[in-house]
Amino acid sequence: MQTGQVYIDGQAVPVGDAQNILEVVRKAGIELPTFCYHSELSVYGACRLCMVEVESMGLVASCSTPPADGMIIHTNTRRTRRLRRMILELLLANHDRECPTCAKNTGCKLQKLARQYGVNTIRFGNRDEKLPIDASGSSIVKDPNKCILCGDCVRMCREVQGLGIWDFAHRGSKTQVTTAFGKDLADVACVNCGQCVAVCPTGALTVKSEIDRAWSAIHDPAKTVVVQIAPAVRVALGEEFGLAAGSAVTGKIVAALKKMGVDRVFDTLIAADLTTIEESMEFMSRMENGGKLPLFTSCCPGWIKYCEQMHGELLENLSSCRSPQQMFGSLVKKHYAKKIGKTSGEVVCISVMPCTAKKFEAQRPEFTTDGVYDVDIVLTTVELAQMIKEAGLVFDDLEPAGFDNPLGMGSGGALIFGASGGVMESVVRFVSGYLGGPEVGRVDYHPARGIEGIKEAAVTVKDKTLKVAVVNGLANAENLLQRIKNGEADYHLVEVMACPGGCVGGGGQPDANDTAARVQRLKSIYRLDAVEQVHKAQDNVYVNKIINEWLQGPGSHAAHHDLHTGYVHRRRITGKPMEITGDAGNGQVDVSVCIGTGCYLRGSYEVLTRFTDLVRVCGLEGYVRLNGTFCLEHCDQGVSVRVNDEIITGVTPENAEEVFRNKIAVRCGTTVQV
Amino acid sequence: MQPRKFEKLQEIINKHEGKVSHLIAILQEVQAEYRYLPEEVLTYVATAMGVSPATVYGVATFYAQFSLVPKGKYIIRVCDGTACHVRGAAPINFALRKELALPDQQQTTDDLQFTVETVSCLGACGLAPVVTINDQEVHGQMTPEGVLAVLAKLQAREQQPAEQA
Repeated sequence: MQTGQVYIDGQAVPVGDAQNILEVVRKAGIELPTFCYHSELSVYGACRLCMVEVESMGLVASCSTPPADGMIIHTNTRRTRRLRRMILELLLANHDRECPTCAKNTGCKLQKLARQYGVNTIRFGNRDEKLPIDASGSSIVKDPNKCILCGDCVRMCREVQGLGIWDFAHRGSKTQVTTAFGKDLADVACVNCGQCVAVCPTGALTVKSEIDRAWSAIHDPAKTVVVQIAPAVRVALGEEFGLAAGSAVTGKIVAALKKMGVDRVFDTLIAADLTTIEESMEFMSRMENGGKLPLFTSCCPGWIKYCEQMHGELLENLSSCRSPQQMFGSLVKKHYAKKIGKTSGEVVCISVMPCTAKKFEAQRPEFTTDGVYDVDIVLTTVELAQMIKEAGLVFDDLEPAGFDNPLGMGSGGALIFGASGGVMESVVRFVSGYLGGPEVGRVDYHPARGIEGIKEAAVTVKDKTLKVAVVNGLANAENLLQRIKNGEADYHLVEVMACPGGCVGGGGQPDANDTAARVQRLKSIYRLDAVEQVHKAQDNVYVNKIINEWLQGPGSHAAHHDLHTGYVHRRRITGKPMEITGDAGNGQVDVSVCIGTGCYLRGSYEVLTRFTDLVRVCGLEGYVRLNGTFCLEHCDQGVSVRVNDEIITGVTPENAEEVFRNKIAVRCGTTVQV
Repeated sequence: MQPRKFEKLQEIINKHEGKVSHLIAILQEVQAEYRYLPEEVLTYVATAMGVSPATVYGVATFYAQFSLVPKGKYIIRVCDGTACHVRGAAPINFALRKELALPDQQQTTDDLQFTVETVSCLGACGLAPVVTINDQEVHGQMTPEGVLAVLAKLQAREQQPAEQA
């Protein structure tokens, strides 16, 4: 805590714990414009919009200048006004100003500031070069022509998610924010969390829209359209209609969907209750039978893709439970369709999610029934709000309506899935009730709650003490995983959500999707839970009915088949292999040694060097073509080597010579002396 | 790519203890080995150093000294600093590109023999306009005709061994 005060436009303001002039100025009730400043991210100082004049210092960027006692600061002078307008003009000259057709229209910060600072003409010529739009990914579209190079996405991805998918490339007027080697987003390690979209001030990064597909399904009389709504949507959608962050609008959303012509409006909560039950049973079984621990939750598709790419050795630690979205889709396509006398192709399942990664999850090939996707269309919160606007519905005037049965009811434990710590708390509630019997009343587990990135606790259920951790943000998750690997931490159960705050802060949520809004949404979720009479998953009568009638009882083969899944090793980046030896002649053997991160850390470099030596020693230069490749997708099984089409795992520098002799040299069709 | 280069690559990274602050030096040494920075080599450098490939790509594209495409055997640099520019660097560059039939945006001939680049100043303004070959030969007070004569000599040098064979 600093002492002292500064003078802002003649007003004395105490410095307090402010890190920079900008914070003090905002505390004084003056809203300085910024593009690149986010209190959650590191200070970058690139956009220069927050310039103020400090006496005896001149013009400084307030975001990157610490306050000092007695500073005399002017925020609104002839110079600062002229500069701000000039900066905006320059940004606009370099910006594809197709505003009316831009997805960010009216929500764009550049548009807003241009208006606010009275930029009526642009004195500079427009950029004539158009760069290609990348719509290769399932969730995120990049339009580089609208990028203002503030670097918010770069820092979000690197600092909060620990991925670093985006970075600046090239220089000067050619500078671009792009992926490694300018590859398509679908070809790099992006987990589709959408946090870059959440911080992007312009339409450079937007969510891939499925609105038109949703309308055509709704308007198709041959299709029965079934909608599911995730918990975090109901505390955020109102923000698109001017309501305060965290306003609960569940009934209005249901009413809107029914007016739009959707056949059945169901609730993802019922599937979340199923998830709680299945995951808790899996957890208790692993505890009793010495299964792999810690058990990681599997509801978050961003985390799942991250784990598949970065931690192949942990795939068995992931819960085999499908996420609530996919459990719901599976129930609809495998059971509900039959119940209403339709085929899985005649029922269209639309899910409304706070999440962009759910779009990717819905397209995973394992989540299909009779050749059609279990979840056909995934809309984000913002996309549904857009559809409500397109339908001309006056949101304020909608009379709340209730969900349809039999998939429309969920417990409070399911509701809190939308908040970081919710899955953990729901499991704690279920296990407490399951082991403690009916006399266990409400179980509120406060240590799991809150916006903090890493929460650790111990919970005693009957005679057992369970060590649990809740983590949100993938950089925090990585930090926790490293501590587990180094033996510094040890848990039974870990909940991971990719987005800060959990699903309430998902990439598909309305602007402003910042910490303040997320905290309000979290509070709202727990308020709804507090008044929900159905508290634990097992208290939900409809879930019990579905388990007994549709899934042939708890723990049945059908339940396992319909509600669980498996994971795959996934490479992080596409690209050519590295040629180690040149082209070989006839009768060559193709040998690829994996030098992806997992194998690299296990000594694949030494294996490759041993092979290179052996090729030379054995005189096989014309027979063996040696490559280094990035990921053979067997990351958990030690260093992988591919010999022609055969994949050999578990190669070590010690057994490299043996592998070479038995698997490679013998295929060269020549006698060699090893 | 020739064998043994890969081992050199890991040696370079090890020598710098994989420090991220040494990334530019590492890339310089890697480029000295490979004559350019192939994509898969940069992915490997990123993997070995534990940084994102996008970051390595960003550094490699920022500096003009790094090339992500293979360069020719002869790198011809035409100085286009102020002094060289006013004394006629542009016609020299134009003549070279026309003679080598280089389309816009392309710096290297398809046979990987010649790369034509401009530089902002070679520090030899007294000799303006200046052209260098592989940073070894310096040709001062150049003209379009003069530079074509230099090019013809290089081309003849390349054809000689073929004729002998």
